Amino acid sequence: MELELLVKQFQDKNHAAFEKLYGMYHKSIHGVVYNIVKDTAIADELMQDVFIKAWHKADTYSSKKGRFFTWILNIARNAAIDKTRSKAFKQSKQNLNTDYFVDIIASHDNLDNSTDAIGIKNFVTQLGEKCKAVIELLYFKGFTQKEASEELQMPIGTIKTRNRNCIQQLRDMVL
Amino acid sequence: MDIKAYIESGILELYVAGKLSETENEEIYQLLKQHPELLQEVVAIEKAVVKLTAAVSPRAKGFESIKARLEADDTKVVDLQPRTTSWISYTGWAAAILLAIGLFWTQRLNTGLEQELQTADMENQYLETQIEDAKSDLAATKNLLNVIRDKNIIAVPLGGQGNFASSFAKVYWNKADNTIYLDAEGLPDAPEGKVWQVWSLTLNPLTPTSLGTIDDFNTDDNKIFTIANVNESQAFGITLEPAGGSASPTMDQLYTLGVVNTES
Repeated sequence: MELELLVKQFQDKNHAAFEKLYGMYHKSIHGVVYNIVKDTAIADELMQDVFIKAWHKADTYSSKKGRFFTWILNIARNAAIDKTRSKAFKQSKQNLNTDYFVDIIASHDNLDNSTDAIGIKNFVTQLGEKCKAVIELLYFKGFTQKEASEELQMPIGTIKTRNRNCIQQLRDMVL
Repeated sequence: MDIKAYIESGILELYVAGKLSETENEEIYQLLKQHPELLQEVVAIEKAVVKLTAAVSPRAKGFESIKARLEADDTKVVDLQPRTTSWISYTGWAAAILLAIGLFWTQRLNTGLEQELQTADMENQYLETQIEDAKSDLAATKNLLNVIRDKNIIAVPLGGQGNFASSFAKVYWNKADNTIYLDAEGLPDAPEGKVWQVWSLTLNPLTPTSLGTIDDFNTDDNKIFTIANVNESQAFGITLEPAGGSASPTMDQLYTLGVVNTES
């Protein structure tokens, strides 16, 4: 499979492979960290840090641990959360707005009218409140199923199935 | 295993979210290898999540933005660090060596200049001496010229005698100050153990009176000798005598002889 080969080359310090993986995932990583730090410049810096870190600890990744995207997504969330805990960040961002990813997406001017962008915008505007919360916590904030169930006061099993339904809706719209 | 039920459980969505335990992750990894439809499902979920998360990004920079950092980091990790230290130490050594060479060179230059200065000093002294010599030579020559030009001078040429016909000399006699100036350039150097002796003569009867020996004849430059003469000389002669001189002239060693011309 192509992705596997790409990751293997990336682990062998192949710049071209790294560039390709970067092209595939950097926007997502940027989106995730931006959703946490709510600052474009800091998100830019964090995203770079994430990819540099991934490059340097490439040999620690193993497909047994999960998807490559999931691996780098974890690095990104951790880096962004670490950032929000730093003293300097807390001082400069006293009133972090509490927008969810959906609010951010909705606020974007649709400069590129790609089907993806339109589809996702449709998706988030039609998305139920429960879906928004679950996706926010599980994908953007990196909550575990258990943490999310506590946060949303839902049974663990419900989190899992609800999330499944929400992602299914997303797939219907963008794939 | 009921693949459909497994998919419907929603565990694969959590797998992509990355919040399952290590054991669960490994289990799913094994299942994905065995069931392509599971892998397909995972890929679809991942694709949707990638698109969703990407949609949140207001803008994101291209790969160029990290390429420079990547290459800088690569170089640093691989060999920039040691190269930096060795570069610094090489530079340090090079600077030290250059400094040492510079100091040595300056030292040598200094020594050289001091030597040159000494040489110049010596040359200066030598030149000063020469100038002094020239001045005194000039004074002596002027003096000599004055003597010869003096109207009271009587010039007496001495001709070569017998076997010594090629010899000659000249006496300038200043009667006023009882001095003769003997120009003896026409005489050869006195041989070892011999010395020139100058005689004043009266002719009738023939009486020689010694005016002395010329001990520094061979070393004198201009061969002009100043000799006191109080005699009423009628002639002058020069003989070659044993060192120390003789009481009376050895006649067969009479080289030159000249008669004073009283008419002049």
